[in-house]
Amino acid sequence: MSLLAVEKLSVGFPGHTAVHESSFSLDAGETLALVGESGCGKSVTAFSVMRLLPPNAQVKSGRILFDGLDLLTKTPAEMRDIRGKQISLIQQEPMTSLNPVLSIGLQITEVIRRHEKVSRKQARARAIELLDLVSIPDAHRRIDDYPHNLSGGMRQRVMIAMAVACGPKLLIADEPTTALDVTTQAQVLDLLDDLRHRLKMAVLLITHDLGVVAQWADRIAVMYAGRIVEKADIKPFFAQPLHPYSRGLLGARVDVDTEEHYLSDRLTEIPGSVGSAAGEAGCPFAPRCPIVVPACRLAPPPLIVQGERAVACPRVSA
Amino acid sequence: MTVEAEIVDTGSRAAPKKGRRLRAFLRNPTFVAGVAILGFFVFIALFADVLFSDDPMAMMSSPLVWPGEDMQFPLGTDQLGRDVLSMLAHGARASLLVGISSAAIGLAIGMVVGAAAGFFGGWVDTVSMRLVELFQTTPTFLLVIVIVSISAPSITTIVVAIGISSWPTVARLVRAQFRSLRESDFVMAARSLGYSRLRIIVQEILPNALPPVIVAASVMIANAILTEAGLSFLNMRDPNIVSWGGMIGDGREQLRNAWFLTALPGAAIAMAVLSLNLVGDGLNEILNPRNEP
Amino acid sequence: MRMGRRIATTLKRAAIHAGPTVLGIVVLDFFFLQLMPGDAADVMATEAGSASEETMAALRHQFGLDQPVLTQLMNFLNHLAHLDLGFSPRFNTSVLDLILERLPGTLLLMVTALGFALLIGIVLGSVMAAWAGKWPDRLLSIVVLLLYSMPGFWVGLMAIVLFSVKLNWLPNDGSETIGAHLTGFSFIADRLSHLVLPALALASFFVAVYARLVRTSMLEVQRQDFMRTAHAKGLNPFLVQLRHALRNALIPVTTVAGMHLGNLLGGAVVVETLFGWPGMGRLALEAVLARDFSVLLGVLLLSSLLVIVANVAIDLLHAWLDPRIGEA
Repeated sequence: MSLLAVEKLSVGFPGHTAVHESSFSLDAGETLALVGESGCGKSVTAFSVMRLLPPNAQVKSGRILFDGLDLLTKTPAEMRDIRGKQISLIQQEPMTSLNPVLSIGLQITEVIRRHEKVSRKQARARAIELLDLVSIPDAHRRIDDYPHNLSGGMRQRVMIAMAVACGPKLLIADEPTTALDVTTQAQVLDLLDDLRHRLKMAVLLITHDLGVVAQWADRIAVMYAGRIVEKADIKPFFAQPLHPYSRGLLGARVDVDTEEHYLSDRLTEIPGSVGSAAGEAGCPFAPRCPIVVPACRLAPPPLIVQGERAVACPRVSA
Repeated sequence: MTVEAEIVDTGSRAAPKKGRRLRAFLRNPTFVAGVAILGFFVFIALFADVLFSDDPMAMMSSPLVWPGEDMQFPLGTDQLGRDVLSMLAHGARASLLVGISSAAIGLAIGMVVGAAAGFFGGWVDTVSMRLVELFQTTPTFLLVIVIVSISAPSITTIVVAIGISSWPTVARLVRAQFRSLRESDFVMAARSLGYSRLRIIVQEILPNALPPVIVAASVMIANAILTEAGLSFLNMRDPNIVSWGGMIGDGREQLRNAWFLTALPGAAIAMAVLSLNLVGDGLNEILNPRNEP
Repeated sequence: MRMGRRIATTLKRAAIHAGPTVLGIVVLDFFFLQLMPGDAADVMATEAGSASEETMAALRHQFGLDQPVLTQLMNFLNHLAHLDLGFSPRFNTSVLDLILERLPGTLLLMVTALGFALLIGIVLGSVMAAWAGKWPDRLLSIVVLLLYSMPGFWVGLMAIVLFSVKLNWLPNDGSETIGAHLTGFSFIADRLSHLVLPALALASFFVAVYARLVRTSMLEVQRQDFMRTAHAKGLNPFLVQLRHALRNALIPVTTVAGMHLGNLLGGAVVVETLFGWPGMGRLALEAVLARDFSVLLGVLLLSSLLVIVANVAIDLLHAWLDPRIGEA
């Protein structure tokens, strides 16, 4: 049984649907990268798993099974026992995702004391250990600092310390390194990867950076305009992306799996914009697709599973 | 944006834009409610003489008739037998007059100082802001009392005093607007065309800086009415004019046996100020549409 | 230790900032004194009943009133430096003593009113934000808008009608029961019962100001990323609002509270007069009635200084709420 299984999830905002019948699953200890351009529904999917959608968004249909139980049927109180303990979240902007007026020590200890019966003193000792764990030097002094005393990379480390404090089974990392510079990015991702092995947690890594995916993920799910268009293991995906959108993302070079690749080959420009999917009755990618045929515009193509891979395009096959 | 583009822009789109604006105003319930109540008070103030032709200061009946007792005086009479309804109607005139004229003085001073400070910057800005701070540190109401005490309390003195003490807020607002608009493209374009500073200030920046000032103006009128009421209550008033605050002051003596004499003019003040605040809130929603849920 | 340094920085900054303002207020005060009808000699002469031209001239010379304005300003400043605000013939005591005697009354009233205003305003604003757009918000918005529009002294008068005249629960005059010679608890209870109505009357407008502000800034805070972080930890929503949201939302509130201190003192003039509360505000009005302008201007001067001092207190509160202030 998968640790997390999202089944046919649809999420709507007033006036538009952000996520269409998306399904994916994640095994314990595994890293799944959810990839797509900004606005394609990746973050909305992640927030649905935590049941932390903005007030005007709503899950329309589907199930989110965590350890076999549907999170969408949990009461708010049950959900709060899960958040921070079983599933935790790292957000994109380390500058704004820590509370500016509370010390980092307080922000770490409050999650420990929420989920475990420990004294204030024990919680503080644990917080210092955690800061050590995420390689913050001088942890016992730094614990009384406020977020503004720390650099962006340091803050993201604090976020990670907070997220792993109660040993969660699943960590959702929403573009954890987008706001950081390249060297810090690699350090933070290495740290995340290391912690994932040590703490045996699964990571749902949300990103638009294929370089990050290639180096740190086990599997990939590509999202376009609220739909998952391709799912695959990392090696075969980078060896041969199937969906025209995935191919576009990777550009012409699809064979390389070397260090330089991640550094040089970021998102390649695809002509047109994701906004063109709005008026499309058929395949959302049809307006930008190089191999579109009239049939593509009739109905959104279903995700067809072929062995370990799945792709939502009848024009290509594994 | 070039200047030509700006001219073409305003020229060609002025008409539909105006229509949309008007509809936005009419669709805002806060604004409409405010305007309706305010319109009622303005009507009463304008036609007080016609509606209640007798001198409101004249004794009309036996004193302390309660509201509803005698339908000739639906809101009763005060301790001197004066018609409360007629006094309220004439009081509307004094309140609105003081409110509007003192706000006008405050706006005029505030806009000149704020525009100069924001446009020129440097020492002009430093001095103006020091002055603003000085006035904001001094308790406004005490300042008004001091200014009114310098000369005898008349409606002119009161208006001037409230006006003088209320300009700093506007100055701050206008300064902030000017500072941000000073560097905008259309001002740069006007500068490169060699327009005079005065023309740039008055024709280019001022119209764009106005929306928050308009919102502030309604709040200023409201505050001026409250200040005037306080002054009149303390008996610092023009003895020849009926004012709501003064009615409260007189009615206070009768608080134990005829509290309606205090309640009615106070309610009138509250409604008038409320209408102005509603207009201000409505204008704020229309002119600075933010993502309020 | 770090807190200590931040307090020191804040205080230093406030002192540098306040200096020119204090000087400005003093100069403004002096010019108002110049503008006042009649001078000290006139007041003395009126007190004495009659005075010849020569004695008037002698008096003017004695007070330095025949000297150039600038010299008079320097004299005025010199006197102020020695804490000398002049002598009030009408009250037959020094102006400073007169004001200092009334200062505690005003301070008590101000602090209580500000406390009421902040407490009620924060609660109302938080409730409105939590139910934004729903009926509790709409209902309270109307109540708050009404409070925002009613003159404080009228609220006081209506409260007197209800609580003193009709219900007879609370006293409406003075700051203590005259001649009661109470001690201990009953003394405190007596003082408090006298304090309630004037403080509420003075607070009413500011309750509305803070409630509106807290509502807006609480709604603003809800959109911040750190709120999602807090919810993602599984914290109780009430704790999230109290610890994470309110503290951030209060930062703009303290700023505005500082801006309104002058208005609060101004309002005290009317409220103190209404409730016979022995404070500086009522003294100001007594001075107007007695045409004793040195006292009136002394009150203006000291109130302004009080506002400056209170603003420093607000700055310190600000520094306590926001760890980013006072560093570096």
